[in-house]
Amino acid sequence: MLRAEGLTHRFGSVTALDGVSFSVQPGQTLAVFGPNGAGKTTLLRVLAGLIRPQHGRAHVDGGRRAIGWIGHQPQLYGQLTVRENLRFWASLYDVVVPGDLLSRLGLSEHADRPVRALSRGLVQRVAIARALVHDPAVLLLDEPFTGLDRTAAEALSRVLGDVMGRGGVSVLVTHNVEEGTGLATDVAFMRGGRFVHFAPRGSRGAQQVAEEYRHAIA
Amino acid sequence: MRLPDSVRHAWAIAAKDLLVEFRSRTGILSAGVFVVLVLMVFNFGRDPTAVSNIVLAPSILWVTFTFAAILALNRAFQLELENQALDGLLLAPIERGSIYLGKLVANLLFVASVEVLGVPLVALFFNVEVWAHIGTLAGIIVLATIGFVSIGTLFSAMTVRTRFAELLLPVVLLPFMILPLMWATLATTSVFADRPLNEIAGWLKMLAGYDIVFVVVSLLLFPATVNE
Repeated sequence: MLRAEGLTHRFGSVTALDGVSFSVQPGQTLAVFGPNGAGKTTLLRVLAGLIRPQHGRAHVDGGRRAIGWIGHQPQLYGQLTVRENLRFWASLYDVVVPGDLLSRLGLSEHADRPVRALSRGLVQRVAIARALVHDPAVLLLDEPFTGLDRTAAEALSRVLGDVMGRGGVSVLVTHNVEEGTGLATDVAFMRGGRFVHFAPRGSRGAQQVAEEYRHAIA
Repeated sequence: MRLPDSVRHAWAIAAKDLLVEFRSRTGILSAGVFVVLVLMVFNFGRDPTAVSNIVLAPSILWVTFTFAAILALNRAFQLELENQALDGLLLAPIERGSIYLGKLVANLLFVASVEVLGVPLVALFFNVEVWAHIGTLAGIIVLATIGFVSIGTLFSAMTVRTRFAELLLPVVLLPFMILPLMWATLATTSVFADRPLNEIAGWLKMLAGYDIVFVVVSLLLFPATVNE
């Protein structure tokens, strides 16, 4: 489970988070939508423990070891091969790279190529593999669709489904309502560091959520 | 025997940095070329009758090593900013100290490889007796290098997110390098002058003390430099 209680954080005179509270239960995915500067990335970085909030607290069951991060930057080393990158990150989690990880993401034939020689879509797939190398129970996704090709987007959806199916939780932040809604069990709209809407998605489709988002953020 | 987690994680980071450097070779090549060029400029630019080689060579040796080390230190955390890999390191369930130690080991090996190139060149250009005292000279170089690379690794982490990191690093680092460089230069002068070992023992002790203090201080301060 993941829980945020009264998260507040300021950068100088800018309030990035203003008393944000919510919880995500096992098997759920929270999609947080908001315009640029709404505080989405700061929220995710606080949940990951990369930023210590000035007020409030974030709790993730299992701590840092349980978290997998997928962002628009792949956190990979271009000079190293796909396999070397995954081995390096696995070593920091004291695990070995799962045998089927590369094949699950269609990367087997690229395993010994340096990351800098791969296309943007393939790099994003390697980034997804990197996030999964320690079998995380919590996925934090920062604008995960940026630069994804169709195959990588499908791989990402499968990965989220797998994690949810095992009782994991995920939080994704994006400004792309259409793409984010399909993956979410709960949706939140964020503006000025606050949640202005937070509810289960229910049976609402992407179009309906997008309409509500436009009204809430306008 | 299983190594402690912090040591294994530090070695994984150091090995990764060295592999990245081995693949790209940009840092080691530029530092190596820099060392050769600086020593050549000093060699051809000096008046051999004005100052004796024994007095001049140690200063030039350490000035060269200092600036070659700064080249290496500037790259240490730059690598982690590409693709935001630093976030991945901070998110991993490892001690912050392991990141520092890994970077320190990689930087030490990088600077050592440049120093291995520089010592024979100094012997060649300045006609000083290096090989008869290579053990003592290696001890001085190791102790001094640990000192300024330890504090340099910390400052590299502090400055890497600033706009003018490559300019800022030498500005904040050089004042802290004055003492170890002064002691190393004095000790090296004594070695080149064929002075007895007990004459440089004091410099070596001070270098060792500096190393202990700044490795410990850097380990303690490092988490604060990378936490937001």
